[in-house]
Order: sequence, then structure tokens, then C-alpha cells
Amino acid sequence: MRYVVWGLVVLLIVLHQDVWYWDDATLVFGFIPIGLFYHACISVAAAFTWFLATKFAWPQDLIEETVAEVNPEAGSFRANPVNPGGDAEAGAPA
Amino acid sequence: MTQLIIIGIYLSLLLGLGIFASTLFRGTSKDYMLASHSIGPFLLLMSIFGTTMTAFALVGSTGESFSRGIGVYGMLASSSGIIHSLCFFLLGIKLWSLGKKYGYTTQIQFFRDRLESDKIGLLLFPILVTLVIPYLLIGVMASGGVINGVTQGTFEAGTFPSFLENGDAAEDGTPGTMATGSKGGVPRELASLTICVVVLIYVFFGGMRGTAWANAFQTIVFMILGMVTFYVIATKLTGESSLFAALQKASEAIPKEKATRIGISQSAFLTYLFVPLSVGMFPHLFQHWLTAKSAASFKLPVIAHPIFIMIVWVPCVLVGAWATSNLIQIPPPIQANQNLVLPFLVKKLAGPVLGGFLTAGILAAIMSSLDSQFLCLGTMFTEDIAVHYGGKDRFNDKQTVVLARCFIIAIVALTYFFSLFEPRAVFVLGVWCFSGFSALFPLVFGCLYWRGVTKPGAYACILAAISSWVYLFWKSGFAEDERYTLDFTIAGTTYPTMPVFTMVVCSTLALIIVSLATQKWKPTEATLAKFFPER
Repeated sequence: MRYVVWGLVVLLIVLHQDVWYWDDATLVFGFIPIGLFYHACISVAAAFTWFLATKFAWPQDLIEETVAEVNPEAGSFRANPVNPGGDAEAGAPA
Repeated sequence: MTQLIIIGIYLSLLLGLGIFASTLFRGTSKDYMLASHSIGPFLLLMSIFGTTMTAFALVGSTGESFSRGIGVYGMLASSSGIIHSLCFFLLGIKLWSLGKKYGYTTQIQFFRDRLESDKIGLLLFPILVTLVIPYLLIGVMASGGVINGVTQGTFEAGTFPSFLENGDAAEDGTPGTMATGSKGGVPRELASLTICVVVLIYVFFGGMRGTAWANAFQTIVFMILGMVTFYVIATKLTGESSLFAALQKASEAIPKEKATRIGISQSAFLTYLFVPLSVGMFPHLFQHWLTAKSAASFKLPVIAHPIFIMIVWVPCVLVGAWATSNLIQIPPPIQANQNLVLPFLVKKLAGPVLGGFLTAGILAAIMSSLDSQFLCLGTMFTEDIAVHYGGKDRFNDKQTVVLARCFIIAIVALTYFFSLFEPRAVFVLGVWCFSGFSALFPLVFGCLYWRGVTKPGAYACILAAISSWVYLFWKSGFAEDERYTLDFTIAGTTYPTMPVFTMVVCSTLALIIVSLATQKWKPTEATLAKFFPER
């Protein structure tokens, strides 16, 4: 499913180049030029695709790893392991 | 005068919000800059959306649609719906994770650590600040233009000093007059200054928490008032009382060249897709990503962002296209300055009370971006320069916040100074600014997803991005040539492309080629293990 989601993103990018409506002035519903209507539909399709992405391609492993590394009880972040002088609370690694 | 009173009340409300947010201030620089990572999904959506929707989205899109027709939506709105969320997904979550783990507040901290290069901060800092300035300029210029546009005819001659009222002399040396300058409205220089001061005050009081709240509040305001503006303009323009009948009558009157993309090159349209990549390198968005309470907070912004863009852009683009019809006569001075199309329509078609509210809505969109940009500049200066080189023990939290504020004031003063010169089209200036950030996109993407990025490769990428940007910006006459494209001829056919395409290609090639050639300068295994842990 993850590959389907990324395939949909690529498809959206391809469909974005709608040369077929380039000089068509038809008004959809009598008021919205078809070139504008089509791209509004692309926006809706993008939202749906991103909904699928959050369902099936969400980086759960990365998030779990982050939560595991951060110490929730202390309410602050682990010091920078490579640059120990970097203070987590001040936010500036040395 | 009614409009002015309403605008004044709105600005006072914002100040009140900033002061209220300051009562929740925890006294640490982390709270001031990142709201202690406490921002949930709704506030994150509203603050990110409010930050990305600037004067560019309202004033700029209406003006550009007036100039080029409905194709503007595909050029930047629908493409942003795909690319912005892609960036939130691919970059935002990963950077949030690294920021959480290693305590980053700014992009430069991440790049210094990832590339094991201290000096990269010195190269990136002036470039990022320089690219943010045109972005600020869009907001500062547009706010002055909007307030002046809707208040014209309010004041008698002599109300303001003559240098503000009369404007610049004509090209033949004829001194300016009020009729050619402020036209009896609040002079744009004064209006821009007022907006800068108001935003500065609520950012100073509220920090990131106040900014996020003000952004959310202003995003709601401009979305609701945007819909009201759309309704009022449609019905008043056509004289129809039914919205549907008004929409039909208004759209039927759009000339064919504005209802289609006849005047837009297909290859230029395609290469516009590179412009929204800029969100991946916006410093203020980086900071917003780090405010997220949890990774789950990103889901709502990723999904809703394309829909929110549509809600704001479709009405603006339609209004701009309607303004080209024979239903309304746009005076030549307005035609010559497309930034004034929306304020002109609001002033002409809405009454004073509604006009005041609608103007507040436009200003809300402008200010909801200025605030994040102001705060981010201050954060960058303190974290990447002052604290980094001065040492973290040299400044206490109070001094850090003061330093941030001083730097913000200096940059705002510089931006305001630039805004006093001849204004450029908001849309065109915006595209140039975004193109510069897009050219740096390969750097952040490469650093997150490719172990092979080296320090020399990163330097080459940045230098290629900025030198191509400066060169092409200069070739366009510093945005004076509003239709500037780079034309490539292949097999006898000429393909115009947006400059951003060339910039991204240059910076990507520089990153890949130089990194591959300098693999011995790769970061240490310890650093690579930190950014690319074994799973």
C-alpha cells in the first residue's frame, strides 16, 4: 500500500500538467472555468492522497525511535551524544 | 474613517492577544522560540497555513490572475497542495525527530552537526537572512498599499507631512501632489510602519506561543472574511442578489484569454512546480515544525493544507479574472500596479464598515506571515551567531531574548527602508524569493536522505544556488522584467522555463558531483550513525 500511495503522488504530479484543458474556456456549473475547476480537483485529490499517506506510509518506526530516545520523565531532551557540550535545553549543540 | 477605526480595533485586538500569551511565558528562551514543543495539531495546522499564506496568496494571486488569468491557480496553488505536503511529510517529520533528539532550534544547527562543519553556518546565515528579506518586503509593501488603497479620499491635504502625502516626483521632474501620492488615504509609508510596529510588539510579548495563537486567530479571520469578500464582490459586481446567479454572470463576462491558459507557456507552467519546494528551506517553517507536540500533530496539516490553499486561492483567482471583464472599469493607475486590484475592488464594492472588516482580513493574512518570519530571524541570530560564538554561558535567557529582539528590529528597519522604493509586483517578488529557497532544497533533502553528502558538496550546493539566483535575478533587472524566463531550444522548438528550474538543477548537480568527488571528507561514522541509525 505504501508504494500505491507514492505512486498516487507521482500520478498527481503528472496529472498537474493538464495540456488537454489549456485553451478550453468551458464554464463548469456555469461559473467556474474548467482549467480552474480541474486544478481545484487536483487540490482535493492531493488532500485524499495525503490522507492515505498518513494511514499507510506514516514513518511510525522513526517516531517510536524518537520517543524512545527522548526522556519523557525528565521533561527535557537527551544531551547531544556526539557533542556532549551541546545543551539540550538551550538548543545549541557545541 | 470607518475603515480606519475598524482596522485600529483589529490591531488592538492582536496586541491584546500577544500580551495575554505573554502571561503564559515560562521565562526560558526555549519557550520563547519553540513554545516548549507544546503545539498540537489544530494550532500547528493554522500556524503553518497562516505562515505560508502571505500577501502573495491574497493580494498577489488576485493581481496575477488579473494580469495572466486563471492559470495562476495551477502555477502555484494546486502545485503547492502536492509539494508543500510532500515537504511536510518527507522533511518536516524527520527534522522534528532530529530536533527533538538533539535539541535543534534552527536549520543551521542541524547542518553544522550533520556536516561536521562550523563554517557552514557563516555561509548559510547571511544567505537565509537575505532571502527572508524579500519575503518580508512582500508583506510590508502590500500592507501599506492595502491600507492606503482602502482609505483614499479620507483625509484633507495637509493632514500628513507633504513628503508623505505627495509621493515621488514624476520622471520629468514635476513635483508630486496628493493626487499622485497618497490620494487622501493613509500614506503607505506610514501604514507599513504601523503594521511592522504592531507585529513587532505582539511577537516581543508573546514569543512563539503568542505568534502561533495570533497566526491561528488571523488565519480564521482571513478565511472567513475572504469568503465574505468573495460574496460581496460577486453580488455587487453583477447586481444579482443570488450568489449562484452572480457567479454565473461574472464568470461569463471573463474574456477567453483570462478564462484559459492561452497566454501561459506549457513549459514555464511545468517548471513552476519547482517553486513550492521552497517550503523545505523556509527558516520560519523549520522553526514551526519543531514546535509540534508530537509527530501525530503533523497529520492534520499534511492532509488539510491542500484544501485550505484551495479555499483561499480559488476565490482570489476568480475575483482577479472577473476584474478583467467589462463588468467593472479598472482605472489605468490600478491596471499599472496589480497589487492594488484587490484593495480597489474592496473599496469600490463594499461599504465602509464591510470594507474595514475585509481590509482587516487582508492584513491578517499579511501579518500572520510577518510574525513568524520576525521571530525566526531573531532566533537564528541568537542561536547561530551570538550563542554559538559567544558561548552558551555568556548570555542568560533574558539577554538572549533581548539580543533576538535587537536583531529583529534591525532587519525590519532594513526591510522597511527597501519598501520605500518603487514597489514591485508582489507575485513576481514572491516567486523570486521562493525560487532562492527552492534552490537550497537539494541541500536539506540530501542531508536527510543521502549518507554520501560531504562538506565540500554542501558548500558547492549553496554557492551554486546563490550564485545562480543572483545572476538570474540581475538578468531579470531585479524583477523589473515580470515575465522573465530562461528559454531552451531543442530540435528547433523553444521552451521557456522558470529561473527556479535552472537554479535547482545547478545546486543539485553541484551537491552530487562535488560530494562524489570528495568522499574522503565524509562525516565520521559516529555522525552518520547519528543521522542514519541502523534499524
